[in-house]
Amino acid sequence: MSSEWPLWEIFIRGQHGLNHRHVGSLHAPDAEMAVKHARDVYTRRNEGVSIWVVPSAAITASSPSDKGPLFEPSNSKVYRHPTFFDIPEDVGKM
Amino acid sequence: MYAQMVKSEATNEDPAKLAAFQARIDAGEKIEPKEWMPEGYRKTLIRQIGQHAHSEIVGQLPEGNWITRAPTLERKAILLAKVQDEAGHGLYLYCAAETLGVSRDELTEALLSGKMKYSSIFNYPTLNWADIGAVGWLVDGAAIMNQVPLQRTSFGPYSRAMIRICKEESFHQRQGYDIMMKMAKGTPEQKAMAQDALNRFWYPSLMMFGPSDKDSVHSAQSMAWKIKINTNDELRQKFVDQTVPQAEYLGLTIPDPDLRWNEEKGGYDFSEPDWSEFFEVIKGNGPCNAERMEARQKAWDDGAWFREGLMAHARKRSAAKVAAE
Repeated sequence: MSSEWPLWEIFIRGQHGLNHRHVGSLHAPDAEMAVKHARDVYTRRNEGVSIWVVPSAAITASSPSDKGPLFEPSNSKVYRHPTFFDIPEDVGKM
Repeated sequence: MYAQMVKSEATNEDPAKLAAFQARIDAGEKIEPKEWMPEGYRKTLIRQIGQHAHSEIVGQLPEGNWITRAPTLERKAILLAKVQDEAGHGLYLYCAAETLGVSRDELTEALLSGKMKYSSIFNYPTLNWADIGAVGWLVDGAAIMNQVPLQRTSFGPYSRAMIRICKEESFHQRQGYDIMMKMAKGTPEQKAMAQDALNRFWYPSLMMFGPSDKDSVHSAQSMAWKIKINTNDELRQKFVDQTVPQAEYLGLTIPDPDLRWNEEKGGYDFSEPDWSEFFEVIKGNGPCNAERMEARQKAWDDGAWFREGLMAHARKRSAAKVAAE
């Protein structure tokens, strides 16, 4: 049986109030060790206040070839942005 | 720099797909792991990123050699942090290479079997404390020269790894220069040690960029793919131009009688290193090749029970958890 440690994706919360952000990946035998390794590999300079580790195999990603059908529909819907609407200056701040 | 003489792979794929791929690169788009890429691009990158990763890992050895003998506790803590960074840099790069479909074990085994290389520079010994200063100043300085432009490389995971590495790397060069400043201002003996270290590391540092590749087909392909951003000669020139004034500040002499400022080109003229020495080192005949590979092999063999043991423990625990549910 292969003894190669499985791959984990590492997410770090940089500061209180921010989202956890994906920073990279690493190998570890289990979740507990993945957290310990993530501390050493990705937070040597105080980069984080919290760590998430997720088995890479557990991630489902959209396919690059689906980019069109997935994201194009929102392209034409500019009215979703507030700047689409012209509000007269007299109305004041809105 | 940590990747020398990486041969690019020939690609014989659908010309239309290749053209579309090249257009994306020319437009400055990043290529991500799951997207289509030419086989040559993938293989060349595995070789280059792998060699770069191996260099970070093997590069720990010459410096690790002095951790226990650093002159002060502060210097020791700093050197330890630097060597730990190198391990981290190796891990970022291995992970980037793995996104291309090669496993960590395969990469390690390719290093140990000699199939994959690491930078020639790490086959030179660090004989005394001044060498630790010279390594940080010159070797990390040369590395930065190459790594800064690679932040713009076309392959997303490689680019992100380089950005992370560059952020940490300038500490390495500064700590080296700090050691050199201290020694150059020290006793005549200490200054002589600093000069001696510069004498020994100067040409091996110039070799780090690899032989001239301005006429190389491999290099042209890698540059078109934005795997390589500058020619070896361009980077070497930049390194010399940057380093000479730093040596002058230290009051040390670059060991090259032909070194002189060339007003016309706005850079220094300098002597080429002895390329036959470089090829010997690459072939495995450098002063420390055998020692470095022995150390890596021993670490791999001695760590086997630990890697397997932790994995067995993880399997047992997850089985117990399933049974309890």
